[in-house]
Amino acid sequence: MSRALANRLTPYMFMAPAAVIMAMALLYPLMYMIWGSFRDWNPSQTIGEAEFVGLNNYITLWNDPNFHESLGVTLRFAFFVVGFEMLIGVGLALLLDRNIRGMSVLRTLFILPMMIAPVVVGLMWRYMYHPTVGTFNRFLDDLGLPKVDWLGQHALGSIIIADIWQWTPFIFILSLAALQSLPRSALEAARIDGATAWQQIIYVKLPLMMPVLIVTCLLRLIDAFKVLEVILVMTEGGPGLSTEILALRISRTATEFRELGVAAAMSNYLLLLLLAFTVAMFAVTSLQEKRAARIRAAVEEDE
Amino acid sequence: MSAKYEKQNPAFYVLIAILVFMSIGPVMLMFINSFKLDVDIISGTSGLLFLPTIQNYEKALCDVLWYEPEHVDFCSLKFGGAFINSLIIALISTFLTLVIGCMAAYALVRFRFMGRDTASLTTLMVRMVPPAVLLVPVFGLWNNEFCLDKEGLIGGLIRDTFGGRGDVCLAGTHSGIILIYVAMNLPFVIWILQSFIVQVPRSLEEAARVDGAGPFQVFFKVVLPLIKPGLAAAAIFTFRIAWNEYLLASALSDRNTKTVPILIVNNMSEFNVEWGVIMATGMLLAIPPIIFTLFASRQIITGMTAGAVKG
Repeated sequence: MSRALANRLTPYMFMAPAAVIMAMALLYPLMYMIWGSFRDWNPSQTIGEAEFVGLNNYITLWNDPNFHESLGVTLRFAFFVVGFEMLIGVGLALLLDRNIRGMSVLRTLFILPMMIAPVVVGLMWRYMYHPTVGTFNRFLDDLGLPKVDWLGQHALGSIIIADIWQWTPFIFILSLAALQSLPRSALEAARIDGATAWQQIIYVKLPLMMPVLIVTCLLRLIDAFKVLEVILVMTEGGPGLSTEILALRISRTATEFRELGVAAAMSNYLLLLLLAFTVAMFAVTSLQEKRAARIRAAVEEDE
Repeated sequence: MSAKYEKQNPAFYVLIAILVFMSIGPVMLMFINSFKLDVDIISGTSGLLFLPTIQNYEKALCDVLWYEPEHVDFCSLKFGGAFINSLIIALISTFLTLVIGCMAAYALVRFRFMGRDTASLTTLMVRMVPPAVLLVPVFGLWNNEFCLDKEGLIGGLIRDTFGGRGDVCLAGTHSGIILIYVAMNLPFVIWILQSFIVQVPRSLEEAARVDGAGPFQVFFKVVLPLIKPGLAAAAIFTFRIAWNEYLLASALSDRNTKTVPILIVNNMSEFNVEWGVIMATGMLLAIPPIIFTLFASRQIITGMTAGAVKG
């Protein structure tokens, strides 16, 4: 009896620490934030003292042109970053998927940018973009070309380039892994049938890689909304609002403008957006699993 | 040996050289600049023609050096202290995340129990939450609510090991930052480790069971040693986030618990940037991740692929 009870309790004992910590430091804060987003709340008050204002914070944000600007910047940033990274990453993977010596050294060097602190990445790029002492402008100067105002007029483009530098290797490595686990027989068959290199890529490799590519793309998309430190160090959101992504605006609203309620409402908008992407990811993966199961069933019937 | 590798077009090697240059160029640039005087950085004596100096490092580390460098008259940058804070926070939170995370992952993979699906779904969903979203509630909770009433729980337990100060809140302590890092990293660690635990053959566990081992013994003596590569990957990712994170640490830390990223950002935002010193601090912050990358790149890549492919 007691043995059976102990057995039944085992999984809960294994789960308990994680459940307690996540409930205390993730789920409860999220609830707390939703609760706080309906209040006119500043950092010197406890949440109980703050006045209940209903949906006011949400409505204010909905009509706030600065918030629209920020949202626009965030979406543009995420779109361009993921787009370019997918193109370059998958392209390089297709190009470098060969049996060459030193491939593991190459991969090691490629993951270096990802492992370094975002703060340091921002620091390096801020130096390189510096209008007078920076590497890029000095290089352009040496060539006799006009200088570019990297973090001024072209700030959004510049931070996109920095992010591409840091995260393209992520996509490269995942697509390379996907490429190398493709069934050799399919590629062999295509080659025997006389498919050119391009045809192999378009009709065989890319379709077979698609499941991994979609998941990678969505993961990267969700991560693109988390980027904050690199931009903070490089431009602090400026000039104007041109690089102020939502995460940065949330942190500024909370710390500089001292409007926790509005910041909480903004966080909720961001969460809703990300929720949509996550649900899309779930839908895609479960669809793929179903299709794979159906194909497997069909194959078994044939045999 | 050579028969295994295909001969490639020379242009191909040029392309690879360019790619390598692009990916490590900025890091090398920072490395070189951290050994230059500010005068050299600004005057633009480009390339490698300069007199290397460790003055920047001496200036950054002035509070932990055993001698007093003569060019530093006032030690303003408390880098050494911040470095120790970062180390404490990153190591402890990595350890806790791993222990708690692999227990949870094991439960989710090996047992059928009530609430399993909910737990697994919640874990997946909270992975998408950006740190910026946690800023507001964590700031409010850690300052106002997680004070006295949480003394008896895990917060209190962690505090006891470090020696807290009576009824101080979680904010401003190491444990406050550690708690949020553990919580933030748990979903990811659980997710990655699940895919490693699935591969452990069930028969091994059953054999241990038959020999009279309890569930915890089976877990610690049979399962854990078998998923070492997964643990290594998860440890590196967790350490990386805890070591590099800025936003939440800046909201939760006080003068004595500042971590290195906070220090760097604070020094950056000042008007007159001392590039040499900043680059030296950046380099010091980057060294642990660089070491991990060079020695454990295989584990990192395995972890990354496992984390992404298992949807």
